[in-house]
Amino acid sequence: MKIRNILATKGATVITIHPEQTLKEAVALLAGHRIGALVVVDGSGNLAGIISERDIVRKAAEKDIHLTLPVSEVMIPDVITGTPQDDPKAVLQSMTDRRFRHLPILEQGKLAGIVSIGDVVKALLEEYEGEIDTLQTQISQG
Amino acid sequence: MTQPGTETNPLRVAIVGSGPAAFYAADHLLKQGGLAVEVDMFDRLPTPYGLVRGGVAPDHPKIKTVTKAYEQVAANPRFRFYGNVEFGKHVCLEDLRAHYHQILYATGAQTDRKMGIPGEDLKGSHPATEFVAWYNGHPDYRDYQFDLSQERAAVVGVGNVAIDVARILCRTPEELKATDIAAHALEALSQSKVREVYLLGRRGPAQAAFTNPEVKEVGEMADADTITLPEEVQLDALSKAEIERTKDRATTKKVEILQGYALRKPDGKLRKLAIRFLVSPVELFGDESGRVVKMRLVKNVLYATEAGTISPKATDQFEELPVSLVFRSVGYRGVALPGVSFHDKWGVILNEKGRVMDPDSKQPRVGEYTSGWIKRGPSGVIGTNKPDSIETVNNMLEDLAVGQVLQPTNPDVAAAEALVRQRQPQHVTFADWLKLDELELSNGKAQGRPRLKFTRVEEMLAALGR
Repeated sequence: MKIRNILATKGATVITIHPEQTLKEAVALLAGHRIGALVVVDGSGNLAGIISERDIVRKAAEKDIHLTLPVSEVMIPDVITGTPQDDPKAVLQSMTDRRFRHLPILEQGKLAGIVSIGDVVKALLEEYEGEIDTLQTQISQG
Repeated sequence: MTQPGTETNPLRVAIVGSGPAAFYAADHLLKQGGLAVEVDMFDRLPTPYGLVRGGVAPDHPKIKTVTKAYEQVAANPRFRFYGNVEFGKHVCLEDLRAHYHQILYATGAQTDRKMGIPGEDLKGSHPATEFVAWYNGHPDYRDYQFDLSQERAAVVGVGNVAIDVARILCRTPEELKATDIAAHALEALSQSKVREVYLLGRRGPAQAAFTNPEVKEVGEMADADTITLPEEVQLDALSKAEIERTKDRATTKKVEILQGYALRKPDGKLRKLAIRFLVSPVELFGDESGRVVKMRLVKNVLYATEAGTISPKATDQFEELPVSLVFRSVGYRGVALPGVSFHDKWGVILNEKGRVMDPDSKQPRVGEYTSGWIKRGPSGVIGTNKPDSIETVNNMLEDLAVGQVLQPTNPDVAAAEALVRQRQPQHVTFADWLKLDELELSNGKAQGRPRLKFTRVEEMLAALGR
């Protein structure tokens, strides 16, 4: 299995936001789409950062948060990215070790999607379930 | 109108395709308590089971026993099989929309990815899928020719399909005779002059996708030695660190077996299987007649991507490998269905968790769903399609609950049957298939073989007295 197989069942739309948009807009997008992070892209569609629920919560804990703040002030600009060829097991390991939960996926430099730790865990779980099912079938039918 | 799903107005579902994903979806649908469901399953071939029949290696009979579970699903009186009926030819999307509340596409990944290197289309260079379909008796590939008079063959890739192809090329006629390999393939492979088979992996032994039983199996072939090169099966620092961190016993074992093959002295067997690592083909070269005669390989080193995947990186060292037969097995992709939104780059139906999406409105297309390899791309084993199909079916049921289903003008079992009969008088039912199955088994028995497959549609129809 590759990250490609996880992206394949997530439609082709990625929810993005621009750095100059406000936190209010970010919060509305996160809630409206029931997602945990937004990919931040600049005017030419290039990856500029990522902003997650966690980033907003942390900012709010620091000081009184103004929802009029631009996304660029809260987003994480140094984003770790992946490719469709990445291995979900390795990605999960990196997410755990380096404590990030969303991985924007680039294909030939262009944003192709985003996978969350939940997506990866679900896919790996189904892969293991499938393997167990196949083994059990072979034992019981054979 | 009341919601479909009652005894008087059952939920009518059409499933296109009859492989594992199709059967797991049918099973989950028919198991729903308190919901009356009628499932009609279509396949362009007269025979069901998709890659279990046409893909799984003939020398892996145990894997094929999973069809027993599918037979039980098909025995449900609310299930019908319409074989030899092609979507887009005999029935189209509009026909299905007029007869069913929900449509599920489970057509799998039917073609291969290309390597994208010069010389790939030379004579003698084939997709591994075609060879697999040919030796498994798929009617579309019945008359394909593979030049087995050549001595040296390369199989590009180290997944399950690649190792299947390499193993079949190395088997003796006696070994093959004990399997349900198609008769034409048995005959051709019995005359095979292939003596050396190279299985080529881009990455190292720890990253090879084939499983441990398969690696062990190639070490136990009757008349073929399996070898590896000591320098290619040594663990690099990155892979070693990863195995230690994840305590991955299966991978440790796999590497051990492969290292063991490096120590083996050739036994003087007829054939040789060399499993190579850290090499990628960069070009195929042909002779004046346009037939492949050699391959240039670049040696790779491993590095970790930003997200942590151990990946190959080409060096400036090259190697030439004389081979006159090349099978590429570097990935598969689905084929678009007429009228169904497709994600061309990924080779899957455009979908969100199995709901087919409209590419323009970005909204689900009411009543259309997908599961299996045409949904997620090729990955996993047969059983992986079970959770995949269950996810899709659960979304179908969720949509049904809120009335998001098609409004067929004619949701009647008999009406659909009449339509099929009219469009394809030569359709094959599940009872017909069971008869074919029995005939294949008894024809095989007569020749001392587990099964003798019908490999032409006309033969199948003739056997059914048509």
